[in-house]
Amino acid sequence: MIRIEPRTAPSRAITLGVPVLAALAALALAAIPLALAGADVLGAYVLMARGVFGSVFTMTETLTRATPLILTGLAAAIAFRAKLWNIGAEGQLYLGALAAVAVGTGAIDAPPMVLVPLVLLAGALAGALAMAGPAVLKIRFGADEVVTTLLLNFIILIFVQMMLEGPFKDPMGLGWPQSEPIVDNAALPPLVPRMRLHAGLIVGLVCALVAHVALARTVWGYKIRAVGENAAAARHAGIAVPRVLMGAALISGALAGLAGVGEVAGLKGYLTADLSPGYGYAGIVVAMLAGLSPLDVVVSAVFIAAVFVGADSMSRTIGVSNYLADLVVALSLLSVLVGGFVARYRMVWVRRG
Amino acid sequence: MTGEPILSLRGLTKRFGPVLANQDVDLDLHRGEILALLGENGAGKTTLMNMLFGHYLPDRGEVLVADAEGQLQPLPLGHPQAALEAGIGMVHQHFTLAENLSAIDNILLGAEPLLALRRHRGAALAKVEGIMAETGLGAPLGEVVGRLSVGERQRVEILKALYRDARILVLDEPTAVLTPQEADTLFANITRMAARGLSVIFISHKLREVLAFSNRIMVLRGGRVVGGMMTAEAAERSIARLMVGEDTAQSTRDPVEPGAPVLALRDVSIAGHGVRDSLEHISLSVHAREIVGIAGVSGNGQTALAGLISGLAEPDAGTVEMEGVAVTDFSPMAFIRRRVGRIPEDRHRDGVVGAMTVAENLVIERLDDPVIQHRGFLKRNAIRSHAEEAVRKYDVRGPGIDAPARLLSGGNIQKLILARVFEQKPRLILANQPTRGLDLGAASEVGRRLLQARARGAGVVLISEDLDEILALSDRILVIHDGEVRETTTRDREAIGLMMAGEAA
Repeated sequence: MIRIEPRTAPSRAITLGVPVLAALAALALAAIPLALAGADVLGAYVLMARGVFGSVFTMTETLTRATPLILTGLAAAIAFRAKLWNIGAEGQLYLGALAAVAVGTGAIDAPPMVLVPLVLLAGALAGALAMAGPAVLKIRFGADEVVTTLLLNFIILIFVQMMLEGPFKDPMGLGWPQSEPIVDNAALPPLVPRMRLHAGLIVGLVCALVAHVALARTVWGYKIRAVGENAAAARHAGIAVPRVLMGAALISGALAGLAGVGEVAGLKGYLTADLSPGYGYAGIVVAMLAGLSPLDVVVSAVFIAAVFVGADSMSRTIGVSNYLADLVVALSLLSVLVGGFVARYRMVWVRRG
Repeated sequence: MTGEPILSLRGLTKRFGPVLANQDVDLDLHRGEILALLGENGAGKTTLMNMLFGHYLPDRGEVLVADAEGQLQPLPLGHPQAALEAGIGMVHQHFTLAENLSAIDNILLGAEPLLALRRHRGAALAKVEGIMAETGLGAPLGEVVGRLSVGERQRVEILKALYRDARILVLDEPTAVLTPQEADTLFANITRMAARGLSVIFISHKLREVLAFSNRIMVLRGGRVVGGMMTAEAAERSIARLMVGEDTAQSTRDPVEPGAPVLALRDVSIAGHGVRDSLEHISLSVHAREIVGIAGVSGNGQTALAGLISGLAEPDAGTVEMEGVAVTDFSPMAFIRRRVGRIPEDRHRDGVVGAMTVAENLVIERLDDPVIQHRGFLKRNAIRSHAEEAVRKYDVRGPGIDAPARLLSGGNIQKLILARVFEQKPRLILANQPTRGLDLGAASEVGRRLLQARARGAGVVLISEDLDEILALSDRILVIHDGEVRETTTRDREAIGLMMAGEAA
């Protein structure tokens, strides 16, 4: 019989080792379907590693892919810390991208020093706005934000499609539903010459650092943690719970909005309805893998981006389905959840008798 | 009165991680005996009984139960079913009844085969009624348990055990939720059942009832048996010393002249969803240097009254005055600013954020204070040194100020809350069930601090179910029942108990 007991003090080795072991376990588990697909497993993983670390290009590609994940991961992490289940980062990302296009495609003429911050601000505000509705509904009427934010994703996506067929449609776009291009002065500059990696990464890293400091060191972060961990005690202690939830909601939405700005003003250059392959949802996985810690969000975003980029490259080379990337990501989340359990509890074998 | 041994625990040892919950506990129970298992919180009483009942598997030791011939046979450990079959019945502190089923269905639940083709209700009902007549335990069998009073629910639990032919009945803190009268009735029934051969172990930390109703007393401390005696030969003081391991400082209440009123409720009503959170035209006043005790059985409006004084609830009618000024803004923060110290009833739910550190929890009510923050940034050194001082001053024991508060024991969480409340030099203190679930040491500390605050000039509202505590600490006593309060001048337990039950004194 196995008995499960809480560990009294998880050791440093366990807290650091578990995520690494979990990632390895995920790769080991993913080897099973890979082998079933008829691939040489070891060779496939070598290709995958080469697809991530093989060259400056592949490494910048990984970071490019990590950029929106850092921001949507932070969006989820901040909201989840307050036990506010924002599942709407995907929609907030699109609304942020739409705002960036509204401001950054020539409507305003200003030097980059002015226009780039303006585009970022517009995207952040739009993302915050997208989260304000569900937050108000939750605070005033107790509406479940999981439902409202999730459904709002579809509403926003259809709204964006409508805009791309209407007022935002590029007259020079040969009839494609896409926006006018972002003007040069509004674009997030590339970080490495001739590579796609852009300044959105800097925005993400700064946000992660600020979020970390805010959560750990400020009264605002204290209140978010208190409300998230025990809303009843927070209320009893005089913390204005609705205001704290509102603040967390707006910041969360703003971060997701920034992810949209990065994709449109840093990477694609114009807005289409397939801007995001689900970065908003992947952000939830990123945040959970990171244990809702802002600095760890950066690490887990890079890890997940690497899995995607590596699996993409590997599947192209040896001809297995690139759904394998999704599989590895899902398996790592499961492994980390199990790992977190192992870190907190110990299993004791009990001999019967 | 007592016969041959029916139960024998030998050398039971149980360890939870580094905590030794029980060590080499030996216990013998005789037929028809009422054994009181006495000890502070965390002494290992409940763990011991859970091993007896098969909920926990002991690390070492054995349990022997007498078979039909009276021979002691080893009981397979870790199997509640085996314990049930051996005739051991347990009534937990928190009842395990299905609220949406009738009392009789609850009694039969689990005792009849799951897939029986037809239910032998007639025979079962007759058996239960027979038990009721024999023991004096009364309960409306057809009523849905959700509508029964706490006392009735407890009787249903006991009937459930007896229906399964329990020969040994274990009661875990049976009087914690009862009025003094209900408790007396319960013990009268237990005595009657014991006279008919039932053997009873009851867990308690109330010395008074242990001395009044048991045949024999066993005291546990730190997981070990530290003493046993026949009740007839026991003295209150010596048992208390055994439980705590030292003499407890008895707090003394020096008479002082009360000062100006700090809180006045005039004709206040709160329309809640039920009796629990409703108040009906309450008027009361609390003066400086005065402890006002609110006696009553839980669920009679204490929640609403405490919510009102905490700033969590707003009155629907009537006025609230503090230090002579009418209160218009009802919010916890507004009350904290008026220097109202609040000790909540449910200290785990409302008192601390378990995942945050002891140091953080100590400052949760003063996040605006420039001492602990500057322009929104927490002053971590100031918070830590404040915590170090508070932990020392209030003797909060645990893994340290940087450990999550949930790692503290109940008594130490309460000391943390005391530190938070009393360090703010409150003018009014609400203490809602401040010693519930605490061991003697922590409980006497609470009493001492409340008296200290009173001497310093604070007014105290003490809401408690523990009449002994109310009598020991209060300058004036009010009884709350069905959302109404009545002042009483008597100090007679009996009379106050009747008022708690809603009868005119």
